[in-house]
Amino acid sequence: MTQTAGATTAHKIAFQAEKLSVSYGSVMAVKDVFLEIPQNQIVAFIGPSGCGKSTVLRCFNRMNDLIPSAKVEGRITFNGQDIYDKHVDAVELRRRVGMVFQRPNPFPKSIYQNIAFGAKINGYQGDMDELVERSLRDAALWDEVKDKLKASGLSLSGGQQQRLCIARAIAIEPEVILMDEPCSALDPISTLRVEELMQELKQKYTIVIVTHNMQQASRTSDYTAFYNAKATDQGGKMGYLVEYDRTEVIFQQPAQQSTQEYVSGRFG
Amino acid sequence: MTVQSPSTPSQSLWRPNRDRSRLIQTIVKCICGAFAAVSIITTLGIVATLLFETITFLQEIPLWQFLTDRKWTPLFASKEFGIFVLVSATVMISIISILVAMPLGLLAAICLSEYASPRMRKILKPVLEVLAGVPTVVYGYFALLTVTPSLQALLEFLTPLLNVFLAVLNALPFIAIESLPELKGFNSLSAGLVLGVMITPLVASLSEDAIYSVPQRLRDGAYALGTTKRETITSVVLPAALSGIVSSLILAISRAVGETMIVTLAAGANPTLGLNPFVPVMTMTAFIVQVTKGDAVHGSIAYQTLFAVGTTLFLITLALNIFSFWFVRRFREKYD
Amino acid sequence: MNINDTSPSDRPINIELFKPNLAKRYNLDRIFAFLAWGATTIAVAILAWLLFTILVDGIGTLNWNFIDSFASRKAERAGIKAALAGTLWVMGVVAVFSFPIGVGAGIFLEEFSEDNWFTRLVEINISNLAGVPSIIYGLLGLAAFVRLFGFGRSVLAGGLTLVLLILPVIIVSTREALRTVPDGIRAAGFALGATRWQVIWHHILPAAMPGILTGMILSLSRAIGETAPLLAIGAASFIAFKPNSVLSDFTVLPIQIYDWVGRPKKEFHDLAASGIIVLMSVLLLMNAGAIYLRNRFQQNR
Repeated sequence: MTQTAGATTAHKIAFQAEKLSVSYGSVMAVKDVFLEIPQNQIVAFIGPSGCGKSTVLRCFNRMNDLIPSAKVEGRITFNGQDIYDKHVDAVELRRRVGMVFQRPNPFPKSIYQNIAFGAKINGYQGDMDELVERSLRDAALWDEVKDKLKASGLSLSGGQQQRLCIARAIAIEPEVILMDEPCSALDPISTLRVEELMQELKQKYTIVIVTHNMQQASRTSDYTAFYNAKATDQGGKMGYLVEYDRTEVIFQQPAQQSTQEYVSGRFG
Repeated sequence: MTVQSPSTPSQSLWRPNRDRSRLIQTIVKCICGAFAAVSIITTLGIVATLLFETITFLQEIPLWQFLTDRKWTPLFASKEFGIFVLVSATVMISIISILVAMPLGLLAAICLSEYASPRMRKILKPVLEVLAGVPTVVYGYFALLTVTPSLQALLEFLTPLLNVFLAVLNALPFIAIESLPELKGFNSLSAGLVLGVMITPLVASLSEDAIYSVPQRLRDGAYALGTTKRETITSVVLPAALSGIVSSLILAISRAVGETMIVTLAAGANPTLGLNPFVPVMTMTAFIVQVTKGDAVHGSIAYQTLFAVGTTLFLITLALNIFSFWFVRRFREKYD
Repeated sequence: MNINDTSPSDRPINIELFKPNLAKRYNLDRIFAFLAWGATTIAVAILAWLLFTILVDGIGTLNWNFIDSFASRKAERAGIKAALAGTLWVMGVVAVFSFPIGVGAGIFLEEFSEDNWFTRLVEINISNLAGVPSIIYGLLGLAAFVRLFGFGRSVLAGGLTLVLLILPVIIVSTREALRTVPDGIRAAGFALGATRWQVIWHHILPAAMPGILTGMILSLSRAIGETAPLLAIGAASFIAFKPNSVLSDFTVLPIQIYDWVGRPKKEFHDLAASGIIVLMSVLLLMNAGAIYLRNRFQQNR
């Protein structure tokens, strides 16, 4: 298949999706995706709404398991291991593949507890104070909250909440961070902070980000996957992967006509 | 205007009687407002009747005596008015009931909102509604004529075992329990247990509302950190719903305190101070029923006592309701 | 490390510091799920036990004689004729008074009211009244209707006491029903030059009526089962005649049941169970009616 761009050979592969299809009940959400996510790179998923990009993202940490009607077909490997194999535990997988959501969702607990929660649950044996500080520093939030770690996570501003959620995700030492439109609820300045942060986090983590914002994809990512949706016979929409390549290729000389039209803002 | 517009002839066909419509509207609005005021009048009526008779009562029986007497015999020749006797029975039965309703109701709420499939939910919710709609006199029947005999039989069945246990206990120093307690025909244990069953649906449905309204994205956030379902529920969902859950429990206690039929039928009419759940007691509500069933003469001390007890009951439930209301307002997390 | 340094720390990948111990956690999960399902099962089982007991105890004495006989000191001749008639009379009074007052108050709060002190006071009162124990309403009825207004221990006194008790419920359910009527209907009415009341009367009330009636039936079914407030106003338990006016003495089904349960003889307990079967059947019918109305209403929208 031409859709699995071969340009990813320079890095080790974190995720590999083969003929991945997801359906909710009788509705096919996304069909036949082939994709490789290289380690320590930022991969952006772009496309119009309803094209299944978030659905694909939620397969990487098996969040779709939580939706009773969701059915995942095909194969996804993480470091060579099939994550939908029955021996793989979704809870353990999610510890290794962190996620940041569209809307900031800090727990109604203190800032400190927000970070420590995941670590505690997962049996972290090290120094908790040190872990909290380190995670907050990595999320570029430490200086803003170091004097009020006992304050509620909900008392922070939207941008701070989202960085708190990033800190929470990296506190459990994941290998990959999935970001589902992390900036869509943020103002431009907070968005910029998160984007800068992503560049720093990329040293240690593999990042997959879903975004509606093409500038964001071109600014931040190394690779870009363009998804599109087509009408189905039942009158619904079904997503599919159109093209996946290095970001500069997608934005400057895409192979597909529809990609060209989307990135130049002609639809979507 | 000199030029006749073509629509003018038909204008004369429209004669809305605006004044009449407005008058009707004003009258209707006043009537509806008066109906709405019935709730204010009801509250005033309750406060006024309770207060009026209670003040008369307190002119004869000093408040101090009402609060500190250790016996309750207002209908006997030697009258004593220790309200604490009735309050202790009410409190004990309410505690037993909430010990039943809290785990049962809360777990059922968790089951309904987190574990049950939509189809299961559709079956189980009406069952809870039926449980909530059973008249209290039916629960009274159940407590007195079904639960108490069953508990007595169970105790008898367990007697040999309990005797061994007792012997072991008595062998220890400082402990001397002479015999097994006997479960009387009227007792606060059965009343409390059945009362607990009665308020379980209240706890379950109010807690379920609170749990259900916790945004899904909080659950997602927890799962994404590698938590199991139980951890997500106990560490994230329940704390997030805490204000609603606590207020549902307080409301349930308030309901238990004011409940009448179960305790009147199953717990007896025997004012005893103490916290022994095996013997007959008399709650505040049971006393009210006892007096009103006999023909309390208006103006007699028995009649006034009725309202003094009613005031106590009213103040306790009012305090609980206000506390529950305050708790929700103070601790509710706002999610937009 | 420099305190002001916000750059990423040199983070060692200390994955081995995590000891997730999944086996133990999954066991806890299983126990928790078991408890949750167990509690629900217990609640259902208790309901089944209760219904079963009452059916077994009461079915034997449930026959036409039971329905058609007055109270008696002899168990084999006792029945619920007076109690059934009393319940019907009281419910008639409750329906006649509570429907206009409850719906009117609901309309006032939902459609007419401005946000002023009066509205707020009414709302606070309604939410408070919902938490007042029913026996307190009985004391109010005793002092106000029985003594002050001189109705005696009559159908009227009992009915009015129950009206006050269920008014908050009716008002709340009326408001909910009115709220489900789309604002578009109101806007369309006003755009045609109708007054607020004309819009309410011609458009909103008809649209909300099934919801209002559902709430009304459910409130009445609650009133039918109430015993405590009627005991408090001193409703008699031994009545051997049907009420013939709203000022007659009366008894109702729950009080008759209460009276029989309180007697020492087993025969009367079985009569009580038979009475409960009748009472619960009536409640079941009313609830089924309410559910039917609700479902039809939802389909039409």
